[in-house]
Amino acid sequence: MSIALEHISYIYSPGTAYEKHALKDVSFEIPQGQFLGIIGHTGSGKSTLIQHLNGLVRATSGKVVYEGDNIYDGGYDMRALRSQVGLVFQYPEYQLFEVDVISDVCFGPKNQGLSPEECERNAREALELVGFPEKYYKQSPFELSGGQKRRVAIAGVLAMKPKVLILDEPTAGLDPKGRDEILDQVEKLHTETGMTVILVSHSMEDIARYVERIIVMNRGEKMLDGTPAEVFRHYRELEEVGLAAPQVTYVMHDLRARGFDVSPDATTIEEAAEEILRSMSRSGKAAPG
Amino acid sequence: MIHAEKLIYEYDKRDEEGNVIGAERAVDGVDINIPPGSFVAVLGHNGSGKSTLAKHMNAILVPTGGTMWVDGKDTKDPAKLWDIRQTAGMVFQNPDNQIIGTVVEEDVGFGPENLGVPTDEIWKRVEESLKAVGMLERRKDSPNKLSGGQKQRVAIAGVLAMEPKCIVLDEPTAMLDPNGRKEVIGAVEELRKKKNVTVILITHYMEEVIDADQVFVMDSGHIVMHGTPREIFSRVDDLKRYRMDVPQVTMLAEELRSRGLDLPGGILRRDELVEALCRLR
Repeated sequence: MSIALEHISYIYSPGTAYEKHALKDVSFEIPQGQFLGIIGHTGSGKSTLIQHLNGLVRATSGKVVYEGDNIYDGGYDMRALRSQVGLVFQYPEYQLFEVDVISDVCFGPKNQGLSPEECERNAREALELVGFPEKYYKQSPFELSGGQKRRVAIAGVLAMKPKVLILDEPTAGLDPKGRDEILDQVEKLHTETGMTVILVSHSMEDIARYVERIIVMNRGEKMLDGTPAEVFRHYRELEEVGLAAPQVTYVMHDLRARGFDVSPDATTIEEAAEEILRSMSRSGKAAPG
Repeated sequence: MIHAEKLIYEYDKRDEEGNVIGAERAVDGVDINIPPGSFVAVLGHNGSGKSTLAKHMNAILVPTGGTMWVDGKDTKDPAKLWDIRQTAGMVFQNPDNQIIGTVVEEDVGFGPENLGVPTDEIWKRVEESLKAVGMLERRKDSPNKLSGGQKQRVAIAGVLAMEPKCIVLDEPTAMLDPNGRKEVIGAVEELRKKKNVTVILITHYMEEVIDADQVFVMDSGHIVMHGTPREIFSRVDDLKRYRMDVPQVTMLAEELRSRGLDLPGGILRRDELVEALCRLR
């Protein structure tokens, strides 16, 4: 029960003047139920990479193995794959089109060939999962706020009951509260359903707070792969490729340079606070709590 | 530079058939005064009215009530329109929607050319503006070869070439990666220091606001908070109520305070926190 990329390379416009290696020999495996973050600067290959995971883009070489089967094998059921590996694009609210919220969310399951009753049941479940209020089910999706529209768009993918959910920058353009609401909801979804979640983000703080593993992409190659603490230890290399560590990680490094006995591996506010309090109480000065 | 009194922007609310069913106020009784050369940040959740307010600053929108003056000129006066647009330049969120030239330097020259600036002068301005945002070495490149942060810097240069006294940036970094954000904010900082341009920055990134002279927080068309970054960010609960946040360093300092460390309020920067902790040790 996993999804694996084996030696994936992807070349745009091969044999022309525009030939470009978007992905170079990328391999990794994502076990079922993992919360994975993918980071990389604009143009690093993240979006191309995730489109391989549900067969939207076909690798120039290498294979994608989903639950033991090579998806490039003849006769492989791509439609089934796409409903199991759900992909939410950037600014997904631009893809809303139906007359009301519930019909929009029903679109996916309807295409899967489910009966109207099943569609509606799945749609309601999905909207509930993203915390969308029932009183707006019959409202036009275009009259909703940015954050609510995005919930509807995510529900549209969830209604197909995927086992893997891929979100490409789900919080871009949202205000801080909207951002926290969406990500908290995704985390809840992950814990409650055991779904694999893959989060692509430009916010190192968000990535550090939610995911258990990070893959760093750079120039089409996998540059780093590990827990947030492991990955953000390489903050200098990350800066060289246009990324950074969360701000609190920098605070920890600064404190160490000033002689504090704190671990530089803290990547969230909670971890950093714990470390600082521990080091303060160790150094003899009273730190209550 | 920018002065608004009881500014109101009202628009018709329509039903599905297009019949007017009422009026909505996107901006509702806003008073602001932004002195020349200052750096002002506007925060507010999606739909709070901050972009509508920004669009009044170069007369893309005209108030339906109250008055907006840009450099002393009333935006309601049609005769002043071009003057106002030249005084206050605007940069928007999406870099791909505001670049029109096929070569970087042509794009930057478009604004002054439209103003009827003589050719020699245009080239001088293009060079200066590109230099100011650190993009001079890419002047002959095609804009579609640039990263998001670079495109935004070209867009800023395009505004600069019109020699505005004031530049309004509406979420210029929302679509950029961390490096792109750093580049754009760095370029804006340079402008303030070297060209003394008044900067109005609308953003959702709390870290970008730390150096502002004043911060305004908007909610349902009103200004609900106003002060220095330190004053604003020491009111964590109020900010959260308006769907805003505080910089991560401020949040960490707050967390440590709530757990008993005797830290001062309103810590904004890394070095401030580190210094304060060193004093406690």
